[in-house]
Amino acid sequence: MLERNDLRSRPRWLRFPFQSRTQDVPQARVGARPAAEPRWLVPFVFACLFLLCLLPLISLAKAGFAGLVSGQSIGVLTEPATFAAIRNTLITATGGMIVSVVIGAIFAFAVALTDVRGKQSLSFAFMLPMMIPPQVTALAWVEMTGPASPLLKTLGIAPPLGSPQPLYSLAGISLLLGVQHAPLVFLALKAGLSASPRDGVEAARLAGATPFRVFRDIVAPLSLPGLIAGAAIAFVSGVGNFGIPAILGIPAGIEVLPTLIYTRLASFGAGTFGEIALLSSLIAVIAAAGLILQQRALSGKDYRIIGLSGANAAFALGRYRLVVEMALVAILFFVLVAPLAALVASSMVPAYGVPLNLQTVSLRAYEEILFRQSMTLKALGNSTFLATTAALGLLAVSVPAAYLMTRRKGLLANTLGILIEIPYALPGIVLAVAFILTFAAPLPLLSVSLYGTIWIILIAYFSSFLAVSLKPVMSAFLQMDPSLEEAARLSGAGFLRRMRDVILPLVAPAAGAAIILVFLIAANELTVSALLWSAGTQTLGVAIFNLDDSGSSDLAAALSVLVVVMVVLLMAALEALAKYLPEGVLPWRN
Amino acid sequence: MAQLILNHLTKHFGGGRPAVSDVSLTVREGGFLALLGPSGCGKTTVLRMIAGFEQPTDGSIDFGERRLSDASRALPPERRNMAMVFQSYALWPHMTVAENVGYPLKVRGISGEAWRRNVGEALALVKLTDYADRRPAALSGGQRQRVALARCLVTSPDVVLLDEPLANLDQHLRKSMEETFRIFHERSGATMIYVTHDQAEAMALATDVAVMSEGRLMQMASPAEIYARPEGAVVGGLIGRGSVLRLPLSEGAPRALEWPALRTALGGMGKTGAADEAVRDVLVRPEHVSLDGEGMAFRVISCVFEGERFALTLSLPDGQALKAYCDRVTTPGETARFVISRGWRL
Repeated sequence: MLERNDLRSRPRWLRFPFQSRTQDVPQARVGARPAAEPRWLVPFVFACLFLLCLLPLISLAKAGFAGLVSGQSIGVLTEPATFAAIRNTLITATGGMIVSVVIGAIFAFAVALTDVRGKQSLSFAFMLPMMIPPQVTALAWVEMTGPASPLLKTLGIAPPLGSPQPLYSLAGISLLLGVQHAPLVFLALKAGLSASPRDGVEAARLAGATPFRVFRDIVAPLSLPGLIAGAAIAFVSGVGNFGIPAILGIPAGIEVLPTLIYTRLASFGAGTFGEIALLSSLIAVIAAAGLILQQRALSGKDYRIIGLSGANAAFALGRYRLVVEMALVAILFFVLVAPLAALVASSMVPAYGVPLNLQTVSLRAYEEILFRQSMTLKALGNSTFLATTAALGLLAVSVPAAYLMTRRKGLLANTLGILIEIPYALPGIVLAVAFILTFAAPLPLLSVSLYGTIWIILIAYFSSFLAVSLKPVMSAFLQMDPSLEEAARLSGAGFLRRMRDVILPLVAPAAGAAIILVFLIAANELTVSALLWSAGTQTLGVAIFNLDDSGSSDLAAALSVLVVVMVVLLMAALEALAKYLPEGVLPWRN
Repeated sequence: MAQLILNHLTKHFGGGRPAVSDVSLTVREGGFLALLGPSGCGKTTVLRMIAGFEQPTDGSIDFGERRLSDASRALPPERRNMAMVFQSYALWPHMTVAENVGYPLKVRGISGEAWRRNVGEALALVKLTDYADRRPAALSGGQRQRVALARCLVTSPDVVLLDEPLANLDQHLRKSMEETFRIFHERSGATMIYVTHDQAEAMALATDVAVMSEGRLMQMASPAEIYARPEGAVVGGLIGRGSVLRLPLSEGAPRALEWPALRTALGGMGKTGAADEAVRDVLVRPEHVSLDGEGMAFRVISCVFEGERFALTLSLPDGQALKAYCDRVTTPGETARFVISRGWRL
């Protein structure tokens, strides 16, 4: 046994850099383990997360507080416009939530519990509205229903020109928010249902319960937590949605909080920063209230599932199967096929109000946006750059963060988790405002302002989509046997060597999925870039919005069709990758 | 080559009793130590501290003159020249069998002909030469196990750690793998530490057996020694299939008890004996209990046919259970005479 005094006589390679500090009585570190990662990793991850998650929130709080104290912006809280916006936000978000719950629940129960055919295709089609950007959804519905709708005109059932567009109303906004966010309810409910015990259902049937009683007594109580969670997500998403109220509400003079922030920022004044900080704080408060309500509703409803799960086709529909299938297809037709058909139709009409037929069909709009309009090409370039850079760059944060969160339990992992939750829980519009406030002033030391450049959009994307990038990578790490890395350590491989030879190849499929998902969402994003863009830095979402705003609905429709095609192609690419991916990576699969 | 020394090794994970508490032992050079104990006894934590995945809260680990870890510092696993067979085998699914086996060489900068030769030799030893280009997913459990073993072999490590390597294999494969481990130990000359909860495995393989319970080291000795002379009721109950009887014995009674002494003790049950007599634990192995007309009458509770013999459960007059082996069938409920030829006072 070596004595402590013999330390100096040990071979050179055993002299640790921190040896001299630990000559005294060694402090017993509870649960200490030899660091598996180099020392720069923890500070690096914390610095990234501070910049992306905490700093914007601090700036928001600071600006809001300054606005209150200076009194320059406090007026915004007592304006009638603000009250109207709050009221409209609550009405549309609640209405949207109800629509989402109804449609989402019908689909989730049918797909998870009955023996309808083509479940995979039904799920895929039903999830599409979530991945299609909201402004495109809104445009498609406007093209479908209005008096100028090429689809209705072609069919000869269009209302007379000059009659009001029915969607330019609170009900219209609610309906579209509902359609947009129904997949969120569907997912939350389906996840809960497919974890419900099939043998529990079968035991109830054997006990003599009719299918209806089984549904009422067993399935409904077990699916309630999923339903509540889905409803809460739909509500919060509705509160923060910008694209739908922007397209449907602004023409009708209906303001919700996100569009109010947008118009306030457009008419820039002395107190604007304080005002938008306060308005976005209101959004954050409403969203938080929704989540707290969900917590209250969920408490005491944590049913741990015992026994075999995977309730597939617990209910055989028998002769009603065809009826149910028809009903599902009909819903899909109205929420997906018809609006998209209208969108395609209006992208092909030569002029506003002309019915579409073989004589009038024209690809002029596509020619215009792809070869003539420099604005759309610029937007395409900007969105591609932003989405690619965000998708690839985020891996540099999400892979180390996921590594630390899975390898190191306790305080460190919890802190990282909370930091990442912040931008994930905040509506995108709040985050965008926070980034304006953070980077409006020139950067310290460099005295360069990011405001008005493409870089502020990029940083905001990094923050917004960190959670999107992290989730697939995190599931890959969670499902990876830690001994795979330990075996590499014992083989003599240092941190970077292990990363290169063992860890990165194993998380590569999930990282690939993370890249495509971030790209898909970032390329279509509107909420953040609507606030942050300026001349030359417009994104695809902004371009569609501006084209529609300036009356070029055919060009807006054509660009939207291209966006939908891109969404479907990227989703199909992910489907093809699905069998190499860990469980739970693709949002539309369980 | 050198001795591996654990000195007052302790590990707290925070809260409750320590996972490992004050374990001191020395593994002789080239020895094969089995760490035996029920699950949750801390044996895997000891193994992970030796590998360097956990740092001790107190105490130290030395290999010869080298200090591997203590409470204030730990040599990272990648610099310990050890190898480990994990319970899950930990084969990298994206590499072929040969790449898995050759990875430790690759990390050490060995490539080309030397790499191929070493990997070929290691695969030949575990009889997997024909599988070199397959992926681990295409192998059976036993074959994966052998790949993991070949990976340990390829760099001639100082210490080889085995974490319940046979737990996921069926009975038949276990026997043949035990043989492979034995050959591997003889050829490599490495110090081997083998964690298991299966005492038969430990007995069959190891040169030394260390029994752990609730984080503490109960006893360390050779397999024959620990079987014949276990220390304490925990070790006695864990090793072999013996019964622990509570018999009145005097203070000065020898530890190895013969039939006359045992008969006296059995006869004296329930009576108040001499002043220095107290009830003590006595371990009786079933192979030392035999049918004999000269013996004492015990009632047979159950009789199970095990192939090579019958396993009996007997009931002593005061209700204590005793296990015995017997070569003919006996009817439960019947009373027969038995002799206990040997007992070991714990």
